[in-house]
Amino acid sequence: MASWIDYTINGLIIGNIYALLAVGLALIFGVSRLINFAHGSVYLVGAYTGFVATTMLHLPLPVTFVLVIVVGALLGLLIERFGLRPLQGYAHIAPLLATIGISFVLDQLVQLTFTATPRALPSELLDKRFQLGSGTIGALDIVIAAVGLTSAALLYFFLRFTQLGWAVRATAQDRDAAQQMGVDVNAVNRTVFAIASGLGAVAGLLVGMYYNYIDPAMSFQATLKGVVAQVVGGVGNVPGAIAGSLLLGIVESYGIALFGTSYRNLFAFVLLVVVLVLRPNGLFASARQTPPEPMTGTFIAPSKPFVLQPRVLLGIAVALAILPAVYPDPYIMQTFTNAWLYGMLGLSLTLIAGTVGMISLGHAALLAIGGYASALLALNFGIPVGFAILCAGVITAALGTLLVFPSFRLRGHYFSIATLAVGEIVSLVILNWESLTRGPIGVSAIPPLSLFGIELESAQSVYWFTFAVLVVLVLLQFRLLGSHLGRVMRAVRDDDVAARSYGIRLDRYKALAFAFGSFAAGISGGITAHLYSYINHETFNAQLSILALTIVILGGMGNVTGAVVGSVLLIGLPEVFRVAAEYRVLIYGIVLLLLVRFRPQGLFGTV
Amino acid sequence: MSALLEIRGLTRRFGGLTAVNSVDLDVNEGELVSIIGPNGAGKTTLFNLVTDLDDADAGTVTFAGQNVTELSADRLAALGLARTFQHGRVFANLTVLDNVLVGAHVRFRKVRPAWPGPLSLLEPLAELVLALVRPGAVKAEEAALRADALRIIARFGERLTPRIDHPAYSLSYANRRRVEIARALALGPKLLLLDEPTAGMNQTETAEMQALVGELKKSGLTILLIEHKLDMVMQLSDRVIVMDEGSVIASGKPLDVRNDPKVIEAYLGHRRPAGEAAQ
Repeated sequence: MASWIDYTINGLIIGNIYALLAVGLALIFGVSRLINFAHGSVYLVGAYTGFVATTMLHLPLPVTFVLVIVVGALLGLLIERFGLRPLQGYAHIAPLLATIGISFVLDQLVQLTFTATPRALPSELLDKRFQLGSGTIGALDIVIAAVGLTSAALLYFFLRFTQLGWAVRATAQDRDAAQQMGVDVNAVNRTVFAIASGLGAVAGLLVGMYYNYIDPAMSFQATLKGVVAQVVGGVGNVPGAIAGSLLLGIVESYGIALFGTSYRNLFAFVLLVVVLVLRPNGLFASARQTPPEPMTGTFIAPSKPFVLQPRVLLGIAVALAILPAVYPDPYIMQTFTNAWLYGMLGLSLTLIAGTVGMISLGHAALLAIGGYASALLALNFGIPVGFAILCAGVITAALGTLLVFPSFRLRGHYFSIATLAVGEIVSLVILNWESLTRGPIGVSAIPPLSLFGIELESAQSVYWFTFAVLVVLVLLQFRLLGSHLGRVMRAVRDDDVAARSYGIRLDRYKALAFAFGSFAAGISGGITAHLYSYINHETFNAQLSILALTIVILGGMGNVTGAVVGSVLLIGLPEVFRVAAEYRVLIYGIVLLLLVRFRPQGLFGTV
Repeated sequence: MSALLEIRGLTRRFGGLTAVNSVDLDVNEGELVSIIGPNGAGKTTLFNLVTDLDDADAGTVTFAGQNVTELSADRLAALGLARTFQHGRVFANLTVLDNVLVGAHVRFRKVRPAWPGPLSLLEPLAELVLALVRPGAVKAEEAALRADALRIIARFGERLTPRIDHPAYSLSYANRRRVEIARALALGPKLLLLDEPTAGMNQTETAEMQALVGELKKSGLTILLIEHKLDMVMQLSDRVIVMDEGSVIASGKPLDVRNDPKVIEAYLGHRRPAGEAAQ
């Protein structure tokens, strides 16, 4: 009994911290219709600011709080200035992608400054505990609750009783009308970003003190949790965000009590997908409410695609095919092999996000499914590696499509968030399904690449193999795009309502595109597993999903040639310039940011 | 003999507002029926209810003897119901020809096999394989439908033919409306629903559109038309339905409707004296 009180209090306290995040996300969404994926980075910066202030500068706690709020607010202003304001009038998904880029940059900067090593954020509050009935409550718990309640009260007062607060609410209801009435919507945006980011930074500080643990990876998790809480409560709904956060905190806490710590995030994401699919307006919206504004997720910039003549393509392909014979440098071979593997991933995503318009943010999950499928088939059943990889492609196509099928009815941002959640779910299932996946230990001693019993030992043979697979996939995708089926997929992307009215069953064609694309990703993951000989649940992490998206945008949405070239550039150029690994993610973030802003149609244009 | 399209008691409420209020409407085969009425009368909502882009609160729709009230938009299309949209919804990144060929989607049979019973679960896979392999029958079908699409495009004279390879986003507003109608014709419709086909067109373009709709009618196509340009409505229509505030307030032959005092009051009377509008 006592422990249940503890778990409930614990859940409410964590929920309170989520609320600080989710309220900020809700405020930002309210005025700018943007799901701010850089919010977790603000939280991260808040935590590290707290770390610097307390352990290095030895500032008193109240001063630390003020410092964290100020730093967070300033960061919020920066994000608004670079992530949102230049992108007004762009596709709705553009600012979202920009904030993903910003979060990559910020997280990586923190990691470069403080290294990836976890740090302690000690607080004397942590040790003080008071008896409460049959359970206990800590001084820090009380502080967190007090911060949560005070922020909520201040926010309520601000929104209700100040002129700027009115302007915020007016902008949230109807941005254009507010502007017409003389509201400076940019000032409103700035204010909201500053407030939201101040709260987010405090949340980071509190979490750091609560667990006495901070590390750069906490950023992405925080964004996800804030988004979950917000979606559960209803996107853009501030009281809903608070309720959703507390609910999420309690669900997680009870989940841990019943099943153990490693299941905590699984509950959060399953909750998210269920709410998205069943009640996209959130749990607290009335059922009669009209569906949310269909924010077109298609990131399609009208442009004339730059088409390479088949002769030219053939010439390049032949040159690349004889490259290993002429210049068999192992380093070059390995770099290109990598590029071919990412090229397959790019092909996959350019079909799904570009051709049929479903921006997937969880694409790495398909690599993981393919990798595990091929590795386990080869290890457990002794299936020849070449055939195992093929089977992995088919399994990934089937499983990937089944997993996202319920989300096909979602549009725009909502679909992207669902894929993000599905991606996390896949990774968590891999972590927890030990009897199948060997859990956190990972799969080792995966048999090396071989074809018809002949092992591909040399770097050249691996190059030839991956290149040949890529060429086959490229040809298949060209063939698909040139068919009536390809035409139908592009029609679904351009206008799903009109497509439906002309006899096109949306689910069916989305599923076909997803299956076709997942096949390529599964093959890529399968080959990777055999190349690495060891994989675990973190081999194919969420950063790969964003890298894949950057490749696709760089090449031009839906553009087959572009996906391969984008992959060669993003994988190859850092090698050419010998960029250290820790700077690469930084570069990917910057490239994504610049592309969205200056060349949304990519290098080769939208097909 | 029953009508091709029968609407009975169709109702749609948005909160306190009844956008379509118990509307009854018949369209017989070969007929051209126009729906007129002031803005906000519920004309487009009626179209949306018939074509399943919106769900009715009450009432039934029967098409070619089949109750289609609950039928999804894609099945309605397969039955031969084609529509255009008030504000134009072309596939912006597709070429003119591809737009029209997507309109012919329900006529692509070889590449979209229809199998009975549990085999139908495999249809999508077969569709994928056929798209990649493209046996002779599939190629022949594509060629035939392409030729047909070109014939349809040619009906718009020099407006579209020189632009078949242009993406739709690069077209003028009037040309996009033409593409929409070409796309609708490519479906091979039994019933064509046109939502303000001349919106945003100048007089010459309107006259061209009127001639085209007249030709379509002469060729035996059944058409339900929403239109604000009364000259066109009066000249083309077999019957005219007048809606106001969600309800049908008058219907009948163009001349009768034009002289109906209720219509003059509700519709024409809003803007200008009846005598002037009747010129």
